[in-house]
Amino acid sequence: MRDELYQQTILEHNRHPKNFKKLEGATHEAEGYNPLCGDHLWVYMKINDKGIIEEAAFQGSGCAISKASASMMTSSLKGKSMEEAKVLFEEFHQLVIGELKPDEKHHHLGKLAVFSGIWQYPARVKCASLSWHTMHGALEKAKTVSTE
Amino acid sequence: MSSFDVHRYRAEFPNLKINVHGKPLVYLDNAATTLKPRCVIDAVNAYYVTGVSNVHRGVHFLSEQATAAFEYSRQVVRQFLHAAKVHEIIFTKGATESLNLVAQSFGRQFLKKGDEIIISHMEHHSNIVPWQLLCEQTGCVLKVIPINEKGEIIFEEYLKLLSDKTKLVSVVWVSNSLGTVNPIKAIIDAAHQRGAVAVIDAAQGVTHAPTDVQALDCDFLVFSGHKILGPTGVGVLYGKEKWLEAMPPYQGGGDMIKSVSFSKTLYNALPYKFEAGTPPIAEVIGLRSALDFLQTINWEAMKAHKQELLDYGTKKLLTIDGVRIIGTAHKKTSIISFVVEGVHPHDLGTIVDQDGVAIRTGHHCTQPVMEFFNVPATARASMAFYNTKEELDILAKAVVRAKEIFHA
Repeated sequence: MRDELYQQTILEHNRHPKNFKKLEGATHEAEGYNPLCGDHLWVYMKINDKGIIEEAAFQGSGCAISKASASMMTSSLKGKSMEEAKVLFEEFHQLVIGELKPDEKHHHLGKLAVFSGIWQYPARVKCASLSWHTMHGALEKAKTVSTE
Repeated sequence: MSSFDVHRYRAEFPNLKINVHGKPLVYLDNAATTLKPRCVIDAVNAYYVTGVSNVHRGVHFLSEQATAAFEYSRQVVRQFLHAAKVHEIIFTKGATESLNLVAQSFGRQFLKKGDEIIISHMEHHSNIVPWQLLCEQTGCVLKVIPINEKGEIIFEEYLKLLSDKTKLVSVVWVSNSLGTVNPIKAIIDAAHQRGAVAVIDAAQGVTHAPTDVQALDCDFLVFSGHKILGPTGVGVLYGKEKWLEAMPPYQGGGDMIKSVSFSKTLYNALPYKFEAGTPPIAEVIGLRSALDFLQTINWEAMKAHKQELLDYGTKKLLTIDGVRIIGTAHKKTSIISFVVEGVHPHDLGTIVDQDGVAIRTGHHCTQPVMEFFNVPATARASMAFYNTKEELDILAKAVVRAKEIFHA
């Protein structure tokens, strides 16, 4: 039996997403699109001259997994350096493909570990990772990111 | 449903016996691909177990046997489509390749800059992109017949688009994402009145109603084997002899030539001119079994059964608060596209899957249709003749459960 995908935390973030707005004065932003399911979102970040992410937000439409993932991601990015954000991106990526088992290895994911079972739903991995790829693209100053 | 013994037919489909996540499979994704009856599996298997050989080549026993079986399949397809001549049947790898063949071989030969191609707003990407490629290559112009809010072609708009510049009209018979059945005979006739050729995408149509290419008078018609109980990897292009004769080969290689030298190559006769390389032999043989199987069914009873499933499923889903059906054409096949308020189609697909229910979620390769109805995606239940009302009850229950999970 697979782990339950729709855990309370995910359902809650889907119903009441955090940081769900266009961020005025964003220094970094990118558009993410998953043509397979139509998920489409924008990630915004305000990064100060010390390279610290002061604010992160997102907008767009998508399934519960992609929305919850974006909501939790933007929450966890606040106060992190760009380098830390890239580490988190890597760890989250390893998490959703099932390579990082949160109980077995040291990590910085915190509440994001709620996505640990998603590798058992291969068709949904991209839903969870779309906002992360978009965020990564924004850090790298890419305009649009597509996960096909 | 008394006249249609659905359980007798269900027994022929081994895949219906499996469990998914501990629940009996409810397979409602037939517009994506149908399940395969035992006779098709056996025919493919028999080829691989005792009959492997290439075709049109060897003089040995197995090769002659395989060639005979392969060519007999062509006869069966001809009968199924009511084509005049057996060499008007070309085997391809699917409806998509068939459309690309027409676009590249017919299109590049007969269409030139400024000529117009008409398609509809409800086409599958496979009946959009090949024409866009052709337009880029030749300078042709693509025109699109609009649809109304029910998901029907607006016929008067089609007539307005037709002009002396129109050289080709390519339209889907039955929409895979809306279920709409288009008036293809009238569409073909109107195209012909303007001297344009008519191409029919029959990928969903061939399981909806009997196909008679001569009565329709279409110039080309395409379908895929795997959507009509057959194996994947095989499709059919029907083309009128006069066009196929005049068209250049689509791909070069073995089997499509009479003789090859470095100064001059002579192409083979129809249909081989369009069948370069080793064809999907096992799949062509399997397709014949699929068509044979369908011929044992009373199509009138089958159609009535599918209509009953469509009516029942539509009614059942509409009893659920927040369900909206996308595609409410007057004439529909057994395809129900729908959205549920507060539950994204992708989440819905995952949740009903936990109950063993296989539906398609996404844009169904018809992104312009999704844009028209202003939805990113839909859930789609597509029923075959082997589906039952009980299965639609299970779907409806699963949709209700999804709503509960999302408090929608």
